[in-house]
Amino acid sequence: MARDDVKTGYKYVGTRPNRPDGLDKVTGRARYGADFSLPGMLWAAVVRSPHAHARIVKIDASKALALEGVKAVVTRADLPTGLTGEDLNLQDNTLAGEKALYDGHAVAAVAATSQLLAQDAARLIEVTYEVLPHVTDVDAAMAPGAPVIRPGVADYSVPEGMHGNVARYMEFGHGDVEAGFAAADLVREHTYKTEATHQGYIEPHAAVGQLGEDGRGEMWVCTQGHWYIRRMSAAVLGIEAANLRVTPSEIGGGFGGKTTIFMEPLTLALSKKAGGRPVKLVMSRSEVLRATGPTASASMDVKIGMKKDGTITAGQVFFRMQGGAFPGMSPIGEALPCAFACYDIPALKHEAVEVIANRPKAAAYRAPGSPMAAFAVESMVDELCRELGLDPIEVRLKNGAKNGSKSSYGPVYNVIGLQETLEAAKAHPNYAIPLGPNQGRGVASGFWFNHGGETSVSLAVGEDGTATVMIGTPDIGGSRASIGLMVAETLGIPYEDVRVNVVETGALGVNEPTHGSRATFASGKAAVEAANQAIKEMCKRAAAEWEIDAEAVEWKDGAAHPAGPNAGKFPPMTIGEIGSKMGGSGGPISGHHEVTAGGYGASFGTHVVDVEVDPETGRTTVLRYLVVQDAGTAIHPAYVEGQYQGGAAQGIGWALNEEYVYGPDGRLQNPVFLDYRIPVASDLPMIDTVIVEVPNPGHPYGVRGVGETGITPPLPAIASAIAGATGARIRSLPCSPPKVLAAIKALKG
Amino acid sequence: MRYHTPTSFADAAAIAAGTTGTLRFLAGGTDVLVQMRAGMVQPDDLIDLKHIPGVDKIERTAEGGWRIGVAVPGIVLGGHAELVRDWPGVVEGMNLVGSTQVQGRATLAGNLCNGSPAADSVPGMVAAGAVATVTGPNGTREIPVENIPAGPGKTNLAKGEVISAITLPPRGKNGGDAYLRFIPRTEMDIAVVGCAVNLRLDGDKVVEARVALGAVAPTVLLSEACAKAIIGTTLDDAALAALAKAAEGEAKPISDKRGTKEFRIDVAGVLARRAAKIAYDRAKGTSK
Repeated sequence: MARDDVKTGYKYVGTRPNRPDGLDKVTGRARYGADFSLPGMLWAAVVRSPHAHARIVKIDASKALALEGVKAVVTRADLPTGLTGEDLNLQDNTLAGEKALYDGHAVAAVAATSQLLAQDAARLIEVTYEVLPHVTDVDAAMAPGAPVIRPGVADYSVPEGMHGNVARYMEFGHGDVEAGFAAADLVREHTYKTEATHQGYIEPHAAVGQLGEDGRGEMWVCTQGHWYIRRMSAAVLGIEAANLRVTPSEIGGGFGGKTTIFMEPLTLALSKKAGGRPVKLVMSRSEVLRATGPTASASMDVKIGMKKDGTITAGQVFFRMQGGAFPGMSPIGEALPCAFACYDIPALKHEAVEVIANRPKAAAYRAPGSPMAAFAVESMVDELCRELGLDPIEVRLKNGAKNGSKSSYGPVYNVIGLQETLEAAKAHPNYAIPLGPNQGRGVASGFWFNHGGETSVSLAVGEDGTATVMIGTPDIGGSRASIGLMVAETLGIPYEDVRVNVVETGALGVNEPTHGSRATFASGKAAVEAANQAIKEMCKRAAAEWEIDAEAVEWKDGAAHPAGPNAGKFPPMTIGEIGSKMGGSGGPISGHHEVTAGGYGASFGTHVVDVEVDPETGRTTVLRYLVVQDAGTAIHPAYVEGQYQGGAAQGIGWALNEEYVYGPDGRLQNPVFLDYRIPVASDLPMIDTVIVEVPNPGHPYGVRGVGETGITPPLPAIASAIAGATGARIRSLPCSPPKVLAAIKALKG
Repeated sequence: MRYHTPTSFADAAAIAAGTTGTLRFLAGGTDVLVQMRAGMVQPDDLIDLKHIPGVDKIERTAEGGWRIGVAVPGIVLGGHAELVRDWPGVVEGMNLVGSTQVQGRATLAGNLCNGSPAADSVPGMVAAGAVATVTGPNGTREIPVENIPAGPGKTNLAKGEVISAITLPPRGKNGGDAYLRFIPRTEMDIAVVGCAVNLRLDGDKVVEARVALGAVAPTVLLSEACAKAIIGTTLDDAALAALAKAAEGEAKPISDKRGTKEFRIDVAGVLARRAAKIAYDRAKGTSK
């Protein structure tokens, strides 16, 4: 779609230079969380509850403390009291208070002179538990007779008469759904379930913390957001956030799971108790799976009405989601708005409840809430399409949201690219490939809001004519390269002359984490503004030397030029010349911009997947996979494609085999990658990508966040492809072989 | 923890016999070291067998079979052309264990002694009629491989006993073997069901057969009913159906995190059929 107000034909934006972190990562030079060490450093280990729900009667650390080399033990008694709200939840999760609320809940931590000694000491800490009844399933947690695990958890929104584990209720909608269903030719109603899945980042949580008696400290940590880590850790420990300096490491994946704290404050608490010696804590994979944020599990009722021509007349959902034993963690507030975000439907009703259960405190995971909602709604749309013999892309084109549509959750869409993704999917060769026996094709669309958020960026011009950019959003998906390209384009200097660094909390104003697909959008937008500020100053310096008005100087191709013949005849003055003389022309030149960035545009995507199902074993093979998504403008297309492929890969894992398996004792049965089955490389075909570019008018280069939408369509697309291959509709993820085989056998009768 | 490096199996057995606490033998270490790191086991004594001469050798026996040292890793088995020609099913089972890195360390004897009912190399060895040589304080004895595991994580070895070699019988003429496992992914996973078939033909007719099922009982099963279903047949559809039915009947699985009981029973039949066809084609020489 061509628009007059969007510039195209860039020199650097849209190219694919080598990633700035690539060499460091492949040579091992990159420093991840666990790579950091300090002189005199101690190692920590954590004692975790083996019970899903238990009263902590007594903690006896005397045997551990008697070991030579053990320097400190902390329990909840070492943390301040009187916290409220989310601060209290964070503290409760850091170290259990009166009760352990899930298998793996931290109960005590110990610091010693070596990692092995710390682990030995942790085994010597004796905890006496009184085991309590537990519940881990979302529907079971709401069933009559389920143990109320935290009395009084409900907030003002919960209607009377709901189960004591219901923490929150929400509803919204528009139009007359009953009239809509009455006008439909086909109305179907089903319940869909998704299991909790983990973000599955390669790098476990790791931190080194140091805190003195004076309440001043530092932390080096693997995180998506160091200002959040600072604020949360300070709240849990009752210290001033300003006295804590937090430096982020290189990050081996986050996907939302590293936007909050889990064990980080323990390093500081132990350090303080050990006389201020630095303390390092690195989680094991089992600790990561047992005690850090998976996403919520969900149980969702969906009802949709459709006419024979494919017109959707009304939709209604009731979602139940559990995000662990702490309120506020299940993403009902995102899942409901995402449910019908791809559609323009005259009547919709949305309701949801958040339920707590004896599971770990959920964290954000790539488009929180949207994949579950899409599984329910897009599966149902596919069921209606198959029953009415309609093409799933045509039905989405007919009912899909367009520019100016009022969204399902209220706001009016400005410029969006859903229709363009559907047209591109329809035109792609994959959509025309004939299917063989036991093969099926699934289609689904997906949505993510994207985000702007608090952002602060600085830029310094070098004496050699280079530019250094300081950002506060850790780079989890290529944002350093993308921001470097945008700054290079703005300044008109080679990409190689721009260096982008993620800096610590002491170097910039507050930055929200890299979440909501915001880093390239928001830090990029601020970096462009900072560059423009530096350009203005450089034009001023040139004007002063030429003795003309600053307004008579324009910036192009990395140099100041007289704006026109009237301004005078001067040869261009390059950024290098200005930089080399800036000490004498008024001092260092820099730019800075801070903003709570608005104008982020939503990103829509459409996926097409072909699968083959072994009818004798129920095993699904993904034959080919197509991701079409709107990037606004793809600043670094290879990274954009990487985000599309990564989202699809995680979604395929969620759809096929990933799940939290709890035993009857409430213990997690599969806290290792051997049994928590994320896809391995050989499970996936090369994932085809098409980048649709409908530029976002809210960004100087038209950027939309691209990180999250891609995990949304795979869940329903895979289930629909399996339905096409077998005739069996799986409404409860994962579509694991035992479930698919049982469904095939049930069809045969 | 005491770490021992004996240079003979007699010494290893003597050290083992004298221990009082938790003991582990170390060959490739791909189970023991992982279990130690995970805190599942903390041995008081760890006896490393890799200093014993010959543990890294694959040798022809006088009868024409193969004697395989206890520290021969999977990748060496897979690279041994003659062994692969004789016993492709045994080798393909071993080669399914873990990753490429794990293949550089993991061994047949270790896979056997880990005692997992889902061990990928064990059904192939059982179907082949492999024998374990066991050295103990009172000398050496030979035990059919199927009698080594006693249940998940347990073996029938007595205190002080250690496996000193695995011997595969002579392949002979017109024979073929095959191993298949079911996993939901394509690699790096644990068998939900495994099945090995070893057979010999006279013309088109199956005259000898051994069928072993993995992950459907506390130990790998050697199924006589499955063998009977195909002996005397040309492995036609009726024979394959009878084999599947026999395998389903033999399977006594549990439901766990890796699969349900019903699923395992169904898939045992499917894999038995599919593995038998591969073994048959190999015996015919129509496939490798």
